[in-house]
Amino acid sequence: MLEDLFHKVKSRVTVTTPDADAHISIPRDIMFKCPRCQKAEFMDHFEQVGKVCPHCGYHARLRARERLEITVDGDSFIELDGGLKSLNPIQFPGYEEKIAKLQKDTGLTEAIVTGICRIEGETCVIGVMDSHFMMASMGSVVGEKITRAFEYAQEHKLPVVLFTASGGARMQEGIVSLMQMAKTSGAVANHSDAGLLYISVLTDPTTGGVAASFASLGDIVLAEPKVLIGFAGRRVIEDTIRQRLPDDFQSAEFFLEHGFVDRIVGRSQLRDTLGKLLRMHRREEGMS
Amino acid sequence: MSKQATAWECIELIRHKDRPTAADYIPMIFEDFIELHGDRCYGDDAAILGGIAKFDRKPVTVIAQLKGRNLEENKKSNFAMPHPEGYRKALRLMKQAEKFGRPVICLVDTPGAFCGIGAEERGQHEAVAKNLMEMMRLRVPVVSLVMGEGGSGGALALAVCDHLAMMQNAVYSVISPRGFASILWKDASREKEAANLIRITAKDLVELGVCDGVIAEPSGGAHKNPALTAEAIGTYLHHVLPKLIEKPIDNLLQTRYIKFRKIGVFQE
Repeated sequence: MLEDLFHKVKSRVTVTTPDADAHISIPRDIMFKCPRCQKAEFMDHFEQVGKVCPHCGYHARLRARERLEITVDGDSFIELDGGLKSLNPIQFPGYEEKIAKLQKDTGLTEAIVTGICRIEGETCVIGVMDSHFMMASMGSVVGEKITRAFEYAQEHKLPVVLFTASGGARMQEGIVSLMQMAKTSGAVANHSDAGLLYISVLTDPTTGGVAASFASLGDIVLAEPKVLIGFAGRRVIEDTIRQRLPDDFQSAEFFLEHGFVDRIVGRSQLRDTLGKLLRMHRREEGMS
Repeated sequence: MSKQATAWECIELIRHKDRPTAADYIPMIFEDFIELHGDRCYGDDAAILGGIAKFDRKPVTVIAQLKGRNLEENKKSNFAMPHPEGYRKALRLMKQAEKFGRPVICLVDTPGAFCGIGAEERGQHEAVAKNLMEMMRLRVPVVSLVMGEGGSGGALALAVCDHLAMMQNAVYSVISPRGFASILWKDASREKEAANLIRITAKDLVELGVCDGVIAEPSGGAHKNPALTAEAIGTYLHHVLPKLIEKPIDNLLQTRYIKFRKIGVFQE
């Protein structure tokens, strides 16, 4: 289930030189090797196009900071609740150390960044989950930040845009993490009852308890191409039914076909699409 | 009430072949149960048993996850692992209860929502999510009782409620101890160790602020005396339900939101 999601994008590419069989490692910051089509591309170019493989359209996972850079207007982002940090609700051995190491390695305090920003001139509350932090699993802090984001948006009559990514509930927090599914869904319900817009953008991967709560509750559910979406892990299902699943099972395209995604939008078009949708839902003066 | 068993002892008790199921309890706790079928979209999921009954002479909606008492019954009810149409049937019956102003009582007992091709195709994730959101704002009282196994999101989809109680030997967890050991330790055989570590018993969940009350089981477990256990459940509901029914609905909904809103452990 979860371990399927932990396959790492190779940090180095290995090329074989024609004069010898020697393998030369090229540092990550020069070349990018696509994990899907295996073709190489200059990192500069790959990054300029929002980390989308120019050969096969593979959308690489973005860090929260990178997502914000390509989504929000200039320096309009103001972070909310950036100081929230995890504790250890069930005293799970080694959990604090794991969090501390991830904070050091990623520069993040937790698996989601939330704030207020403008997209194409439209003010909204935004949240971006970052799969580099414990596969963006949802524990107390992720649940609390999402809940506060919706409460803030409701109080200020603002729409919410969430970029979701997650392996599911954070097992190290036990039942407390499961309850975040109910808590966040309740916050979505209240925001929705106030007549406000919520757009969720499913990015790679959106699974488990996050797919089964706020990620699926958008008024409009967008997804990036080819991303993994689903309730159960592929291996769990394969173990249950004892056969191999087709490659496109649980892709964004699979769920579009089955009616659970409104639109698949490529990364280069996302900002424009979000801008248009936000504008069409703008609350004009005098209208209720 | 006997002493709280360890998590692993609880798991052995709830897996006991004679552990009473919803089908045993419903006629003992409620009167005139009339089963209602189907989600009005796709089909009828036998993993969820729902209908209308009387409790204390007043109508209530009862929704239960149904384990089988033998292999034949379990094949039919898919070992109480619902498909999306099961959750959608549950939601349909809840909305019906809302329309007619009767409380909802959910009996939770599932290893989890089913993991399979059809379940994914029909949007298991969306079915669970929708229940969480709609139950949070359902305008009638909701009481959920974890009868045996409370398996993750598949249990939570019937457990967003005003009052959550657990049977003394029931467990409720974010993932099964076996799944936990398999994923975090890459060793499913350490199931027992995981069970005792990840805090899944009724006592644990009361301490963690998730569970509101515990219903005593006879010494040795519910199967030793199902009638006495059913009586304890009835007495418990009789105690809890009137207080919820009395509350003004907006007050009840706000309290329900806060009940879940306050769960979480972090520092600012």
